[in-house]
Amino acid sequence: MSQNFRLENIGLINRDKKLSFKFNGKTYFGYEGDTLASALLANGVHLVGRSFKYHRPRGFFGAGVDEPYAIVQLYRNNETEPNIKATEQELFEGLEAKSVNCWPSVNFDIGAINNFLKIFLPAGFYYKTFMWPKSFWYRIYEPFIRKAAGLGVASIKHDKERYEHKYEYCDLLIAGSGPSGLSSAYAAAKNGAKVILAEDKPRFGGSLLTSDVNIGNQSGKDWADGIIAELKTMPNVVVKNRSQIFGYYDHNMLVMSEKVSDHLPSTKKYHPNKRLWYIRAKEVLISSGSIERPIVFGNNDTPGVMLSSAAKEYLKVYGVLVGRNPLVFTNNDSGYETAIEFKKHGVDPIVLDSRKNPKSEIIDEAKNLGINIKNSYVVVAAQGYKKVKSADIASISEDKKQLGKIENVKCDCICVSGFWTPTIHLASQSGNKTKFKEEIDAFVPGQSKQNERTLGAANGIFSLEETLKTSFAAGSELSKKITDNDNEVSVPNVVEKKSSQHDKFWCVPLPEGKNYKRFLDFQNDVSVSDVEIALREGYRSIEHVKRYTTLGMATDQGKTSNLNGLQLVSEIENKVVPAVGHTTFRPPYTPVSIGAIVGREVGNHSKPTRKSPMHTWHEKNNAVFVDAGVWLRPRYYKRGDENLFEASKREAKNVRTNVGVCDVTTLGKIDVKGPDAAEFLNRVYTNAWLKLPVGKARYGVMLREDGIVMDDGTTTRISEHHYHMTTTTAQAANVLSHLEYYLQLVWPELNVNVVSTTEQWAGAAIAGPKSRDLLKKLFPNSDVSNEGLPFMGYMEGDLFGVKARIFRISFSGELAYEVNVESDNGNFMWEKIMEIGEEFEIQPYGTEALSTLRIEMGHVAGSELDGRTIPYDNALEGLVSKKKDFIGKRSLQRAAFTADDRQRIVGVVPIDKKTSIPEGSHLVKDANAPLPNPKLGHISASCWSVEHDNPFSLAILKDGKNMIGEKLFVMSPLKNKIIPVEIVSSHYVDPKGERVRS
Amino acid sequence: MLYIKCPHCGMRPQTEFSYGGDASVKRPELNKDISDQEWDDFVYNRKSLRGKHLELWQHISGCRQWIKVERDTSTHEIFRTFRADEEVA
Repeated sequence: MSQNFRLENIGLINRDKKLSFKFNGKTYFGYEGDTLASALLANGVHLVGRSFKYHRPRGFFGAGVDEPYAIVQLYRNNETEPNIKATEQELFEGLEAKSVNCWPSVNFDIGAINNFLKIFLPAGFYYKTFMWPKSFWYRIYEPFIRKAAGLGVASIKHDKERYEHKYEYCDLLIAGSGPSGLSSAYAAAKNGAKVILAEDKPRFGGSLLTSDVNIGNQSGKDWADGIIAELKTMPNVVVKNRSQIFGYYDHNMLVMSEKVSDHLPSTKKYHPNKRLWYIRAKEVLISSGSIERPIVFGNNDTPGVMLSSAAKEYLKVYGVLVGRNPLVFTNNDSGYETAIEFKKHGVDPIVLDSRKNPKSEIIDEAKNLGINIKNSYVVVAAQGYKKVKSADIASISEDKKQLGKIENVKCDCICVSGFWTPTIHLASQSGNKTKFKEEIDAFVPGQSKQNERTLGAANGIFSLEETLKTSFAAGSELSKKITDNDNEVSVPNVVEKKSSQHDKFWCVPLPEGKNYKRFLDFQNDVSVSDVEIALREGYRSIEHVKRYTTLGMATDQGKTSNLNGLQLVSEIENKVVPAVGHTTFRPPYTPVSIGAIVGREVGNHSKPTRKSPMHTWHEKNNAVFVDAGVWLRPRYYKRGDENLFEASKREAKNVRTNVGVCDVTTLGKIDVKGPDAAEFLNRVYTNAWLKLPVGKARYGVMLREDGIVMDDGTTTRISEHHYHMTTTTAQAANVLSHLEYYLQLVWPELNVNVVSTTEQWAGAAIAGPKSRDLLKKLFPNSDVSNEGLPFMGYMEGDLFGVKARIFRISFSGELAYEVNVESDNGNFMWEKIMEIGEEFEIQPYGTEALSTLRIEMGHVAGSELDGRTIPYDNALEGLVSKKKDFIGKRSLQRAAFTADDRQRIVGVVPIDKKTSIPEGSHLVKDANAPLPNPKLGHISASCWSVEHDNPFSLAILKDGKNMIGEKLFVMSPLKNKIIPVEIVSSHYVDPKGERVRS
Repeated sequence: MLYIKCPHCGMRPQTEFSYGGDASVKRPELNKDISDQEWDDFVYNRKSLRGKHLELWQHISGCRQWIKVERDTSTHEIFRTFRADEEVA
């Protein structure tokens, strides 16, 4: 197909490079530098989609970020991406796109029947209809709406693209490269300030690309090109196109999404698809310009109705005519600029101006060119279904209430201009209190909260001369403050045509007997009558009206609809617009890819992975790993076709009968050093620490100030002023912060230092009746006999030339030791233990066997120390000193903590000795009691006791102390299980603790 | 994201810090007899101010020092920061 609407001698596209692309399966051609929208329009394609609610045909309304309709599904390099604006997507060779929101096709859309049912789809229809019968919602209504609504389909494939994050700091961040952005960037750069200038479009220059002005002795565009070229040579300036600053956050941090590869057929090797910049700026200059707003009239969503500025941009930037028979409908001088461009390129437009007798240089030029101008005229309604064919027009009375006789004029597009809305999103996000400016009928930034300033059109200044003057001044002033340089830059002369005052007219009344849809929000199909209904139904706050009608919501965030919505509410409510106020602007300004927000932190990179020095050995020996916080720990070592249950049972049994070895490197380790270390530990732990001799370890429990157990572990006195503290794997970081808190803030007088040594030491727990025999062979030069190294003893040893720390501590309840060596020697230690342990039938054991061993011994761990239990609950009250004070002690006096029937740890055995008990189940007295059945306690941990060969669980049970021997029921509604159980002591194995001392 | 001046390290982004609550709370002395009310005030009761608030942060991914930050809870403006051992008037 040929590009029938492309002009020969105008535009910034590269005609030497022809590109082919597909839209809805059909092949077209465009040029390098086109957007998908401009290329389609060059081919005369106006129908791009169907509207959200009524499935009405929709075309192009804008030429950039404000586009509410032209959202497509993009296919690129075997990937697909939804929610792409055709007006922003640059054309590349082989691009493929499809319409969304239509089924089966954009030309024949079954959902368009909604257009005829629209009486049933009024404001708030989601809330009102489809409410009954209730079961219909899930089965019928919701699936239908899901299919009908939506703006594309997300890919379910893994995204192969790479996204990067970048952190940057600068003196001045400038958002937008129009006249104000360029001037302020140039002035600031000349003063040596570090400047970042961001432009969301591929081309720099903003309005200078399309306006007919001169700066200095060049055209506006040539001036812009010159400034950009010079800025790019300066080392203190970063100039970025295709980069949208979409969020303004606290303390002058802004986030920018840079589209690195979207304009290319595929991402280059080692390049990201997008790069998200976190920029901390000393000063922010917002030069985001303004967006033209429409005038509301009947059927104003028909394809071919578009903003007059967009028509001008398609013409001047892309050399594309949006129609050969255009009608321009305006309430200000901007419409004339578009009409003049049409006329200059051989097309005869008709201008309808709602004003009675406007006079200005621009209007004079239009008249001199012989353009047909009708004053006090309006478009009443567009006619045509899939494309504008004609317009019903009429004269309008001065009070804008009465329409004259309706005439029909032929046209193929209607270019509409209802004046300009400053883009104040970033300023508003920064906390700036916006104010309403009567002269331009729009909000502009007011008092700044952060270091930001808004320039040019974004600040409601539409004169180029004043924009340049104030922007040069702002750039100089702010940079001077930071760099202390004062290199004066002279403001160039400007030649621009003066405009006249716009007309405060925004909505054409309905002619008698007609009921045209007049759309306010094109993306969400919100019409004038929808807002009227919402107000009639009692919605008053603009925030409520927005949510009830969806006005200003969805991906365009009301860029073209907000102000007209406010005008309507203010008219009906008889309030001025500033009294109605506007809804909150929230980031992001435009949709941002989830991939860009996530960055590199996907898959295995979503969190760090910590591995012990023995990890490779575990891998080679068929370990099946489990996440323990960020650590990877062996859960069990698979032999043959064993499953988890069989393997862990074998490993645990081997510890009880022979000897096992477990990697305990992940335990938190903290060095506590200093002359006051003993006193400090005495305050941190609940038990006494002042008299622990050198060479001895002690088990300790620490509380939070509210009396709840925070963590437990053993701490060993290595030398006079040096203690080695261990914490649970999960709490290691919290405990360190907790200790630092007390040392730095509460008891700074204590001379103690703490530092994490978790990664400095590799640890192996050697447990089982044969562990001492093994230890003797590992440390032939040390006396590791029961007398030489008694229970809770500590010594240093020599492991075949490697310095080792030997602790006689036990978590399994067996005779056990823990050997630590410096991390680099961890694997050497492990291999020696396995090699020498062979004669004692040693087996490595994982976390599952570790749990089994501790559960049947009644040792508490994380599932009991769950942030809800006190020492008594865990049968640890023996470790709570009555004599000294410690962190959290005062809380233990609270009535609930000392109640007679206080919860306490117990053991639980199923009566049938067979049925395993799900963790998290509840304990109840009567399984048949009416709901809610009173809960007496919960199962905290379950295992298969290898000692007794039956299931065994630990539970935290109300009045647990007096419940031993009771028969209760375990209920698990999740697993649909009711199990009769008997309550026993939590020490199911070796209740006197003889083995650890043997 | 806040930008916090660590008195030891300089300006650092919020992601390097963890929050530690009201800095004006004083722990009762050890071994001192105190009422339930005094203890509850120390452990639980906080004012949840709107406006200027002196609070604790720990520079957890930096120097690991606890610091005091005077911040407006509604605007996030940070007025001053202090070392742990500095008394704030």
